[in-house]
Amino acid sequence: MDIGKIDQIIDQHQGEASALIQILLDIQSENHWLPKEALTRVGEKLAVPMSRIQHITTFYKHFSLSPKGKHEVHVCVGTACHVRGAERILDTVREVTGVAPGETDPDLNFSIETVSCLGCCALGPVMVVDGEIHGNVKQDETAEVLQKLAEPEAAEDLKKCACE
Amino acid sequence: MSRIASVTALEEFRQEILSQRDPDKPCITLCSGSACMATGSGKVAAALEREIEKQGVSSEVVSRRTGCHGFCEQGPIVVIYPQGICYLRVQPEDIAEIISETIIGKRIVERLLYVDPNNGEKATREDDIPFYKNQQRLVLGSNRKIDPRSLEDYLAVEGYQALAKVLFQMTPEQVVGEVKDAKLRGRGGAGFPSGIKWDFARNAPGEQKYVVVNCDEGDPGAYMDRSVMEGNPFAVLEGLMIGAYAIGAHEGYVYVRQEYPLAVANLTVAIKKAEEAGLLGQNILGSGFDFTVKVHRGAGAFICGEETSLLNSLEGKAGEPNARPPFPAIKGLWGKPTNINNVETWANIPMIINKGAAFFSAIGTESSKGTKIFSLVGKVNNTGLVEVPMGASMRDIIFKIGGGVPDGKKFKAVQTGGPSGGCLPEKLLDIKVDFDELSKAGAMMGSGGMIVMDEDTCLVDIARYFLAFLSDESCGKCTPCREGIRQMLKILTNMTKGLGRPGDLELLLELAETTKGSSMCALGKTAPNPVLSTLNHFREEYEAHINEKRYPSLSCKALIAFHIAPEKCKGCGACFRKCPAEAIEGGKKRIHVILQEKCTKCGGCLEACPAVFGAVSKISGVPVPDAIPEEARAI
Repeated sequence: MDIGKIDQIIDQHQGEASALIQILLDIQSENHWLPKEALTRVGEKLAVPMSRIQHITTFYKHFSLSPKGKHEVHVCVGTACHVRGAERILDTVREVTGVAPGETDPDLNFSIETVSCLGCCALGPVMVVDGEIHGNVKQDETAEVLQKLAEPEAAEDLKKCACE
Repeated sequence: MSRIASVTALEEFRQEILSQRDPDKPCITLCSGSACMATGSGKVAAALEREIEKQGVSSEVVSRRTGCHGFCEQGPIVVIYPQGICYLRVQPEDIAEIISETIIGKRIVERLLYVDPNNGEKATREDDIPFYKNQQRLVLGSNRKIDPRSLEDYLAVEGYQALAKVLFQMTPEQVVGEVKDAKLRGRGGAGFPSGIKWDFARNAPGEQKYVVVNCDEGDPGAYMDRSVMEGNPFAVLEGLMIGAYAIGAHEGYVYVRQEYPLAVANLTVAIKKAEEAGLLGQNILGSGFDFTVKVHRGAGAFICGEETSLLNSLEGKAGEPNARPPFPAIKGLWGKPTNINNVETWANIPMIINKGAAFFSAIGTESSKGTKIFSLVGKVNNTGLVEVPMGASMRDIIFKIGGGVPDGKKFKAVQTGGPSGGCLPEKLLDIKVDFDELSKAGAMMGSGGMIVMDEDTCLVDIARYFLAFLSDESCGKCTPCREGIRQMLKILTNMTKGLGRPGDLELLLELAETTKGSSMCALGKTAPNPVLSTLNHFREEYEAHINEKRYPSLSCKALIAFHIAPEKCKGCGACFRKCPAEAIEGGKKRIHVILQEKCTKCGGCLEACPAVFGAVSKISGVPVPDAIPEEARAI
């Protein structure tokens, strides 16, 4: 990740040490994960020791210290979704992508995460694929959505859209 | 926009806004809360814009995108005022007809109306739908009237009237007195009287004080704070400012989960607009009162909903709790007196000031006043957000408003209060829902999650589920919470795998008592509640798991099996095609058979088998019948 961009993010928060979490969130949303160089830079600029940064990046679930896949899939396992069969959706996601929750495949295609509640409880079970919410999902629908993303052409198409 | 520098200017501006609005002009409101966005509200909005233009009615109709209306499962929701005609599950292709039929032709589009699943009756107006009819939406009600990003819309519904009244007609003592008289209790879960809490911070020594909005809402199954913050951020900010004035604070923070991007976005817009209008910043409305507010996004930790953890997180540290006392009211953010209230609590404040403590305290029960928003979810027909006066009965909420349990299944339990709450069985459904009655019944109000469970839900699994959640979310700072929850989880997980042992229940109880009694913060202190309440009300399920290795609700995977009854199978192949594990043997006009060793117990075959055949069943506690021999399978 570009150092200039990191500096820009830090400056937006007036370089205050108390804004550490906010700065890391912004870097994560820009880059999808937190590379070591970025953390070092943040530590230097804010005069915060690396041990504290490590503590924070491992304490809060949202932060990732390893690269994320092209497609990020979040399966909600909140109570309402659990009661309506989130476990089975998660099984399907695992079967189709071959990736376990909290992991990313070696080709960096899929990253799978569980979330405790997305606040869309009325639509449970809920799955979020690349930021798009799918409510009341069934197993076959889940498989269909993910299989499409697993196809290289579809992934290429998506890449094209992102560039244009 | 120019600064509003006095109360007179505020009122003039309000009058100007109102004079430009014709209450009889048709207004199409489209719910754009998170749930409706998930069901396609964005596309409907685009279609709406297009059709208004295309059919040439832009001068005859107003369209407005609002926050959450509450009836989330039926979204996207369109309501047309002034009549309040309510269309549900509206798709982009329906919009042309809505404009030509309802707006131009003044006719109702029948197919988009609500149909009562119990008697087939249609309801035209919002107020005729049983889901809305039985509610009293004092806090949530404004959501449908305003665009959350429009200051003008908020001013049109009496916005900032309470702030003006407080700044110019009341002393800080009077404001605290009013909140005390209203007997408002915190909506975050513990139910501590808000006025008394404000008083603590007010009387604490020190010049610098802070006010904080807690919109962490990590409770799985509760999302009312999200909807209020997304749908009416100005009201939360107004409540916060009134509190700041009463306490003597000039700086405020809003702590929002980053999992709620729309709430963060709408709140940020609201703050910017209020700043531009001079309703935030220096010398607000010329009163001499200064107040600024900052947004802090959470980074995904349930424990940050706890006061002291939230403050640590605000300071840029890990969200671990501190022992109390000292309470945040004395030593909070950066060691200064701090008052934290939850979103719903703050949103109630402008109403209390506008309508008076007497109005507010006339609603509810003896010990709990006002209304409470519940998120009614799970196995219930009308899922969504429900706002009722305190003291409404659980049965009314679930059956009258919620429309009961779907698919003709039997009601089994309702879980209230999130992971810190408890499960209540049917015999307790008639209790009046307020802070104290729920605690007495072994559950709690919590932030207001209400998860309905039917006969297919296993209560041992639910207890395991909550403990798995809490074990994951425990910050690990104190041993009873970290280890106690983990050990209870281990026992429960074993039980759901059929490895339960005699003596497990006694051990569970002992662990529960210890964890409850010696943990530092509320997470650990309440963590055993899911176990204790299910053990209390559903002990026979635990016993069946341990003693008979049987799952009464047939939901735990480990000891169930799927079986196709040979006499019922018509050889249609539906289950065969659906099976992801290739665990079904079949063929045209042949009786299908499940190969137990290959079966992943996903349940796909049960869903696929046509209801008229009903050949697939789940079994537990008895051996699976042998597969019928190859030669006998022809139908």
